[in-house]
Amino acid sequence: MTKNCHNDYKMKFTTDEEFPDLSLHNNHMAKVLTKEIYEKLRSKSTPSGFTVDDVIQTGVDNPGHPFIMTVGCVAGDEESYEVFKELLDPVISDRHGGYKPTDKHKTDLNFENLKGGDDLDPNYVLSSRVRTGRSIKGFTLPPHNSRGERRAIQNLSIEALSSLEGEFKGKYYPLDGMTDAEQEQLIADHFLFDKPVSPLLTCAGMARDWPDARGIWHNDNKTFLVWVNEEDHLRVISMQKGGNMKEVFKRFCVGLQKIEEIFKKHNHGFMWNEHLGYILTCPSNLGTGLRGGVHVKLPKLSTHAKFEEILTRLRLQKRGTGGVDTASVGGVFDISNADRLGSSEVEQVQLVVDGVKLMVEMEKKLEKGESIDGMIPAQKFVCDPQEEDKSIC
Amino acid sequence: MPFGNTHNKFKLNYSAEQEYPDLSQHNNHMAKVLTPEMYAQLRDKETPSGFTLDDVIQTGVDNPGHPFIMTVGCVAGDEETYEVFKDLLDPVIEDRHGGYKPTDKHKTDLNAENLQGGDDLDPNYVLSSRVRTGRSIRGFCLPPHCSRGERRGIEQLSIEALDSLEGDLKGKYYALKNMTEEEQQQLIDDHFLFDKPVSPLLLASGMARDWPDARGIWHNDNKTFLVWVNEEDHLRVISMQKGGNMREVFNRFCTGLTKIEDLFKDRGHEFMWNEHLGYVLTCPSNLGTGLRAGVHVKLPHLSKHEKFGEILKRLRLQKRGTGGVDTAAVGGVFDISNADRLGFSEVELVQMVVDGVNLLVNMEKRLESGELRWPPDDVSSEVTESHQQVTGEIIMFHLIKGYFRCPERNQQVIFRSTCRGGRLTGAVDGWSLKPADL
Repeated sequence: MTKNCHNDYKMKFTTDEEFPDLSLHNNHMAKVLTKEIYEKLRSKSTPSGFTVDDVIQTGVDNPGHPFIMTVGCVAGDEESYEVFKELLDPVISDRHGGYKPTDKHKTDLNFENLKGGDDLDPNYVLSSRVRTGRSIKGFTLPPHNSRGERRAIQNLSIEALSSLEGEFKGKYYPLDGMTDAEQEQLIADHFLFDKPVSPLLTCAGMARDWPDARGIWHNDNKTFLVWVNEEDHLRVISMQKGGNMKEVFKRFCVGLQKIEEIFKKHNHGFMWNEHLGYILTCPSNLGTGLRGGVHVKLPKLSTHAKFEEILTRLRLQKRGTGGVDTASVGGVFDISNADRLGSSEVEQVQLVVDGVKLMVEMEKKLEKGESIDGMIPAQKFVCDPQEEDKSIC
Repeated sequence: MPFGNTHNKFKLNYSAEQEYPDLSQHNNHMAKVLTPEMYAQLRDKETPSGFTLDDVIQTGVDNPGHPFIMTVGCVAGDEETYEVFKDLLDPVIEDRHGGYKPTDKHKTDLNAENLQGGDDLDPNYVLSSRVRTGRSIRGFCLPPHCSRGERRGIEQLSIEALDSLEGDLKGKYYALKNMTEEEQQQLIDDHFLFDKPVSPLLLASGMARDWPDARGIWHNDNKTFLVWVNEEDHLRVISMQKGGNMREVFNRFCTGLTKIEDLFKDRGHEFMWNEHLGYVLTCPSNLGTGLRAGVHVKLPHLSKHEKFGEILKRLRLQKRGTGGVDTAAVGGVFDISNADRLGFSEVELVQMVVDGVNLLVNMEKRLESGELRWPPDDVSSEVTESHQQVTGEIIMFHLIKGYFRCPERNQQVIFRSTCRGGRLTGAVDGWSLKPADL
């Protein structure tokens, strides 16, 4: 039986009757989706059956967010970015500083190319962390995948991760099979992820069948961590206390590449193409999917009138130390790169290293009662400049 | 359409075993019934509108259990769901509705005159009375699956039909998405406003999609008749008022419902109904009458009695907190309503509530005054008539002490009580009274 959308009856209604009411909405999808685009796309679906209504449901159900400009759409498989180009290309362009459909993205996971980064002052920089996501070719993505697919992803991941050695040797903890003691330990280490409660994620369908085939793997040293089947197939995290971002990034690159080789051997490489880089569930994570950041004490600088401006020019963003939906506590901020697409991993981590170094120096100056006006940087450019780049994620 | 894999074509590349959900921690009707074999049989089927087995069960997979109630764990996406997925839903229905068989017929009776009594529940104890049901409009998919266009179509039809009601039923529609602050506050104060569902039981089935698009509340000027549009069902119809005059509440309920049905028919749309399942609704627990008739009643003494749960069960009633299904009681005030939906008519169910609540209030009064004494003098040791007139003390004695033997589950149980001159008498149909085995 061939069909091109899940609820067949909706094609009996006109575009006007089916078009969502986005009048109160403020997300990237709502800014881009016109009736004309909807009309064009509403009868299409990807080979696995993902439709435009699937893509936009989370954005329809979540009109806005108090702290961030949300994306409001997700991919259900690799082909979503092709079949729904008319919608996703403008969203990507808006979100990623004017990135054009013809642009090429470069990948650089050669940690040797990073300059410095091993000497961020640990009196200010409490911890350093780099994370990214990876999707496994041949499977649909978390908003759409079936239990069988999700379990196969888990099995492949366990195989791949179990074969890691040396500093990467570790253990897998499936969410539905861990003991109370294991759970306590993972919580104490801040490793455990919970069933998503954010409606941004639940409305996209990512929490279905929880906790089936979800789990956490980490190395014995607790410096390298992989989440399986949360918001993406894999989330890979390298982290440690203090300011040695260089070491964190090295471990990140080495570990990632080892993992990728093993998946390739099983004919399931990572989703990647030269236009969008690494393909992930949320369009905001395309490209490198990388968020490299620190927890840093900036009590004085954060209350300075130019704090936001400085961050924007350094191409950095701030969050509270609880993550994207939180506010900062005690003057400690999570500072990370704002860009994902159009610049490489090395370039993005370099921005973090250089920018944080500068901000710590500013903080020290302010502590002494001195002015920082002379230190305020010019706008940094990595990809094409966008005059009003207000998006942060 | 709920989300994701429920319409994922790649899932058929995996074996039934690889796709079968892990139900080992689960305690709901769906989990008790769905075997791997059944899953294998049904997994590649779909209804004409595209609803799949995974759509049906997603809410039950995502919600292993509930602390107060045995949840159903599956929903229908359209009328045909109950046919295409019979192999799963028939046993669920049987489990949930007291052994109701695939060959059974359900009778509908919305003739309020057939109710006996019900106008004199003691308002010192019975604070309010309410009857609700749901209705689905044939030709549209149900809330887990309907598109925005369908939902808006349902809203349009409903507004047209309700706008033409007159007299005691004349009223106004308030769309959720553009009511004023004042209107919203008033609806909250009246306890009429429904919110976007937060219960994961509902969210996981997809009913909250596109909120608040095409959702709204209609009520009459007197605030005694209320219709919810596009919440958990296409329509929820509610008749309510303070005090214990359930008869009046039920009268208005039947009149209003019948009028609304006629108005829909005039516009070429009937309600989903068939002679096996009665009124077809989203949740299998609401099939048949879809009716929940209940009261808020003060039972501080009786509710502490060790046999309270058992008494309710035998009266075919259930208790909830006054906040609704997911709440606990406050201040000894309970929401008492009929437990059944399918296999009994509307009149029969409301009769059970009226008679049962009469008895409960009577027990409460006697426990309060300390009047109850055990055993009463005139209990015979063997009483096995099947249509026996018994006095109030004996009824209470037998209910509280557990001397009743219940009949087979699929045998009708009618218990009629009347309260005249302070003396409770009752007729028990089909129950036998025997001393318990010691």
